[in-house]
Amino acid sequence: MSTPTTTAVTTTTAPAPASALSVARTTATATRVLRQLRHDPRTIALLLLIPCLMLVLLRYVFDGSPRTFDNIGASLLGIFPLITMFLVTSIATLRERTSGTLERLLAMPLGKGDLIAGYALAFGFLAIIQSAVATGLAVWFLGLDVTGSPWLLLLVALLDALLGTALGLFVSAFAASEYQAVQFMPAVIFPQLLLCGLFTPRSDMHPVLEAVSDVLPMSYAVDGMNEVLKHTDMTATFVRDALIVAGCALLVLCLGAATLRRRTA
Amino acid sequence: MMNYVAESPGSPDTPPGAAPEPAVQAEALTVVRGPRTVLRGIDFTVPRGQITGLLGPSGCGKSTLMRSIVGTQAKVTGTLNVLGRPAGHPALRTRIGYVTQAPSVYDDLTVRQNLDYFAAILDPGRTAATRRHEVDRVLTDVDLATHADALAGNLSGGQRSRVSLAVALLGTPELLVLDEPTVGLDPVLRRDLWTLFHDIAASRGATLLISSHVMDEAERCHRLLLMREGEVLADDTPDALRTRTGSDTVEAAFLHLVDEAVATGRQKGTTR
Repeated sequence: MSTPTTTAVTTTTAPAPASALSVARTTATATRVLRQLRHDPRTIALLLLIPCLMLVLLRYVFDGSPRTFDNIGASLLGIFPLITMFLVTSIATLRERTSGTLERLLAMPLGKGDLIAGYALAFGFLAIIQSAVATGLAVWFLGLDVTGSPWLLLLVALLDALLGTALGLFVSAFAASEYQAVQFMPAVIFPQLLLCGLFTPRSDMHPVLEAVSDVLPMSYAVDGMNEVLKHTDMTATFVRDALIVAGCALLVLCLGAATLRRRTA
Repeated sequence: MMNYVAESPGSPDTPPGAAPEPAVQAEALTVVRGPRTVLRGIDFTVPRGQITGLLGPSGCGKSTLMRSIVGTQAKVTGTLNVLGRPAGHPALRTRIGYVTQAPSVYDDLTVRQNLDYFAAILDPGRTAATRRHEVDRVLTDVDLATHADALAGNLSGGQRSRVSLAVALLGTPELLVLDEPTVGLDPVLRRDLWTLFHDIAASRGATLLISSHVMDEAERCHRLLLMREGEVLADDTPDALRTRTGSDTVEAAFLHLVDEAVATGRQKGTTR
């Protein structure tokens, strides 16, 4: 970055008004994002209803084999938050960039971390509601057979949502228009969907694809869901899966923060 | 360029015109955007406590100059000091109010919610009551108190740009950088806003840098920066400009200077 003069300023400067992360600014941002959504009730309704409708559809597609519904249903509970939060975040961030509000915010004492954490907080909250509704419906009304605690399902769903938010934020930096942003959905999500073990166990894939699926975060999201499905208590594999998804989300969030530039051409 | 680290005491309080240190000082300021050199090594100063008009045809580099001052423009070289610090310094972010050409507000929030959010970002330490008070003040300033609870997206273009202006007025900034704030507004509103600008300069001692391509607004400024093709043609008071060029209006003075610049450009041959 080519700031004209960089001399002799830092010595006696008062503490910079924008620290890396301020709780007040982060919560103000999260509140603002949620207020924006509140003016858009149709989006909220779609966010909450579509996963439920898909689960109902799935339940009756596999009417004859409840075991298959258990497997795919649990995986989907982890995939929905990832996809929806990816889409919502990439569009929201793109709008922020194109409307000039991002430039305005970055000219103000807002830390990049505040903005990103604010978005993660708001969409994480939304994801909890979405997952709670979908999980509740699947477990109590559609007969999804979960051996472990539904709370763990919810935890994985939340981590998946954060991963989706992180990916959306990161990817939106490379999209110049809404058209491009939406195209990133198939580009980033579909391969993971095919390789995560939803359609066929990962061990049955071509060894190259299996190796690829080993480094894709969604594989661990689905894996974690299946652990909860089959085991009564928290297994070591579950903890590993949850940590990997959380770690990926954090990593991509940091990458996303790096794509926010105070100075742009 | 040395910075005034020793803090010249009370520099924002010094009366208009007498400030020893200008609000903005540029030397050999050059900005490159893609293949194009938008600003070509320009020098100018913006004095404190006054309204400086930034005038010139569309595409002459006004917005780029403003973005450089605010610190959002990349590839800036040369010297650019703003309120005694290099442009873009973090300490300046609370001291500058900036309005982009296109209104940058959230269309899916009400006017009040927009202002609430930006006020919280500027100074999160205050109580909700003081913040509300401040939001009310800027709403009155831009004459939008009756529209406080309307969605910004439902407002007219002129109203939305006033919401954007109101955001910049939050937190009583020392320097206001306004990129064509009066475009598309009716004459009454334009007059009211210019009254507000003069009031801000006079009562708060704030510095205003206002761009426009409407020349009649130039007459309302204390000083003028006339730009053309990335260069500063003139940096003077409206009166001095008219006298120097023997013109009746700033518009005529500007045209005179452009003709002059074109003529000297031809004499130099194909320098560009």
